Amino acid sequence: MKPATKFAIGAAVIVSAVTLLIVEGVRQTGTYFLTPTQLVERVRDDTTFHDVGLKVSAKVVRGSISRDVASRQIDFRISDGTAEFPVRYVGLVPDTFTDANDIDVVVEGKYGRDGVFHAVDVIAKCGSRYEAVWEEPAGTLTRR
Amino acid sequence: MTLLGDFALWAAMLIGLWTAAMAFFVPWQSRPALATSITRGAHAACLALLVAAVALWRGLFTHDFNIEYVAAYTARNLPDYYLVTAFWAGQKGSLLFWAVVLSIFGALAQLLTPSRHRDLLPYVAGVTSVVLAFFVGVMLFGDGANPFERLPFTPPDGRGLNPQLQNPGMIAHPPTLYLGYISITIPFAFAIAALLARRLDTGWIIAMRKWALASWLFLSIGITIGMWWAYIELGWGGVWAWDPVENASLHPWLTLTAFLHSVMIQEKRGMLKRWNVGLVIGTFLLSIFGTFITRSGVIASVHSFTQSDVGYFFLAFLFVTAIASFTLLYTRWPALAPEAKLESMLSREGAFLYNNLALVGIAFSVLWGTLFPILSEAVHGTKISVGPAFFNRVNVPLGLFLLLLTGVGPLIAWRKASPANLRRQFIAPTLGGLVTLATMLGFGMRAFYPLVSLTLTGFVTVTVIQEFTRGVRARMRLHAENALLALVHLVGRNRRRYGGYVVHIGIVLYFIAFTGMAFRTEQTVELAPLESATIESPYGHTYTLTHLGVSQYAALNRHVSAATLDVARDGVRIGSIKSEKRQHVDSFGNPTFEPSTEVGIRSDLREDLYVVFGGTPDGTERAQYKIVVNPLVSWFWIGGVVLVIGGLLTMWPGGPQIRAARRIMPQAGYAVPLASVSE
Repeated sequence: MKPATKFAIGAAVIVSAVTLLIVEGVRQTGTYFLTPTQLVERVRDDTTFHDVGLKVSAKVVRGSISRDVASRQIDFRISDGTAEFPVRYVGLVPDTFTDANDIDVVVEGKYGRDGVFHAVDVIAKCGSRYEAVWEEPAGTLTRR
Repeated sequence: MTLLGDFALWAAMLIGLWTAAMAFFVPWQSRPALATSITRGAHAACLALLVAAVALWRGLFTHDFNIEYVAAYTARNLPDYYLVTAFWAGQKGSLLFWAVVLSIFGALAQLLTPSRHRDLLPYVAGVTSVVLAFFVGVMLFGDGANPFERLPFTPPDGRGLNPQLQNPGMIAHPPTLYLGYISITIPFAFAIAALLARRLDTGWIIAMRKWALASWLFLSIGITIGMWWAYIELGWGGVWAWDPVENASLHPWLTLTAFLHSVMIQEKRGMLKRWNVGLVIGTFLLSIFGTFITRSGVIASVHSFTQSDVGYFFLAFLFVTAIASFTLLYTRWPALAPEAKLESMLSREGAFLYNNLALVGIAFSVLWGTLFPILSEAVHGTKISVGPAFFNRVNVPLGLFLLLLTGVGPLIAWRKASPANLRRQFIAPTLGGLVTLATMLGFGMRAFYPLVSLTLTGFVTVTVIQEFTRGVRARMRLHAENALLALVHLVGRNRRRYGGYVVHIGIVLYFIAFTGMAFRTEQTVELAPLESATIESPYGHTYTLTHLGVSQYAALNRHVSAATLDVARDGVRIGSIKSEKRQHVDSFGNPTFEPSTEVGIRSDLREDLYVVFGGTPDGTERAQYKIVVNPLVSWFWIGGVVLVIGGLLTMWPGGPQIRAARRIMPQAGYAVPLASVSE
């Protein structure tokens, strides 16, 4: 067998190993990443979706956060403007997690049959600050 | 100053366009004066952008809050050194930073390249000018991308710098990473120039080799400091989260690493020319792609740059550059035919080929995982995302295969390894690996991947030691030198080779540290003052942490709540750990930003005790903590230092090797084996 052929066989083994790892990896660890509307529609069509771990990206509804200090449980609601449902999480949340202004969160967990999303992870993004528009404060000197 | 800055940007843009137009569309080959003029375009653009940089820094230092960028990222009570770093804290400033650095690199490439490559240089200037004109164009025409934009009024104080960016790691992380991303443009420019000029011998490779090494080194430093920053600032207790923006910095690093290895095959054997040009083009495209991901917000990431249309400029640029470069490569395909054939799989060429496949395979899988949410949405309309579990699953086996090759590559002979060569080279390293394995089993380690990883690190370490000792012994015998002098001469005369081995040791240390991460333990606790929590470390130690209380005070630009824990290991007190919640305020005392957390770390070579203060839930001194034990984390930072030392060794200019090579070159044929014998 020529060395080039041997190399081609070796290369084919590596390429198929990489492909296999990727395909299997996606199958085993891939999670749905949905909006609340998509999730609500999915569960309506197929109730087994209640048992699937998935991620939902939405905004925290203003003023909806309630914390139970003793059990470190946090309840809040998320919405994408159309669909809205409650989320329950136990653990420490990041500093950026507040309901003061519309913050974006990604919650990971299961949408239970009780209509509550039981989160195992909450990631908050502080989007508001960066999108803030400049408003002229009262009493400042205006140029021009 | 903003008028001057704006003017400088326009000047740089026009100079860039002129240089590019002249380089690509006017036959300068027969007109030396024009060729010189084109290369000077690179210097002129650099000068214009330096003026722009000074204009922005002046705005920052004089607190000219009428400039939107200054008001958005600084405040009166911000420490001075963060005024320097605020330059690249935001979208607009970092675009300008990018352009300034690119123009400096473009000018340096012209200055530092020996004149024997003069038929490439105008093309190089042309390519760097196109990229530069693009970046300046984004600033001038992008929506809200001009750093010199003024507000219709002057706010009394700025909004200040994001507290997470107020950290020493953030002073160094973005610029070094940017330096890496940006300097890739130079190797890319040489590759395109060589294709355009049809000068496809190894000349262009020699001209750009140091630039490729420099890019690689900057990327490595940037990535490592980024890991350090994430570790001490983000408070989740890890160094790498497989976040899209982190992945984006890894892609070009992987393909560039592949290139640095495969280029040796081209130099020695005249093979893989097409592959190497492809890798350089690919690396450049991946660096632009990284910029696109960072700035467009198309993929959810913790790195929150403004989501703006600026990203789509980069997407368009990416497609145009990809099509243009690969078309050019295709038209030069026949001229890039290999000069030799692979003689045996059991050869260094073979090992490097597999190393390249593994590196590109890892890069591809990381890219695939990063883009999967978008791809799956495009294909079946539902977004599916993959997380760290996916990346670890795919990349741990590939990474370990690569680590194996790190050991095999330097041991195996070029062309065709003989059984004698294999025996001579592999016995000691294999024993090294087996001894490591037996030791770890003896300590009671049973996890599969960590055992494989540590066995391989033992194997690779012994290969490097073996190479050094053999080289030193040979010199001691041939030149009657003492061991130390022999070592200095050995490394000094073969900087690339032995610098490369030092880099391998750095990589081994990273693998050791990653292996340690497999054993991290964490728990969340809530403690009243003088209550204790215990956590077991993987080494079998028991840490007892006693909550001492929460103190509150005001600092320069923030209110601080600091929680302190007393730490005992196996019952013996070893010190205390403090973690803070910070609320930053502006100069009127009004809160700015969300509160941020400062973690407490107690670090030694074996493990880190890592504490995050989660706040006081009921307003008393009852405190919530996350407590993490991270084994071997320090070895990331030590590995980083070793890697930098190795990288600098390979790049150190001059040296007898070059002089010797020049002297011998005219004698043709036989001189080269003679020279290598005398080493």
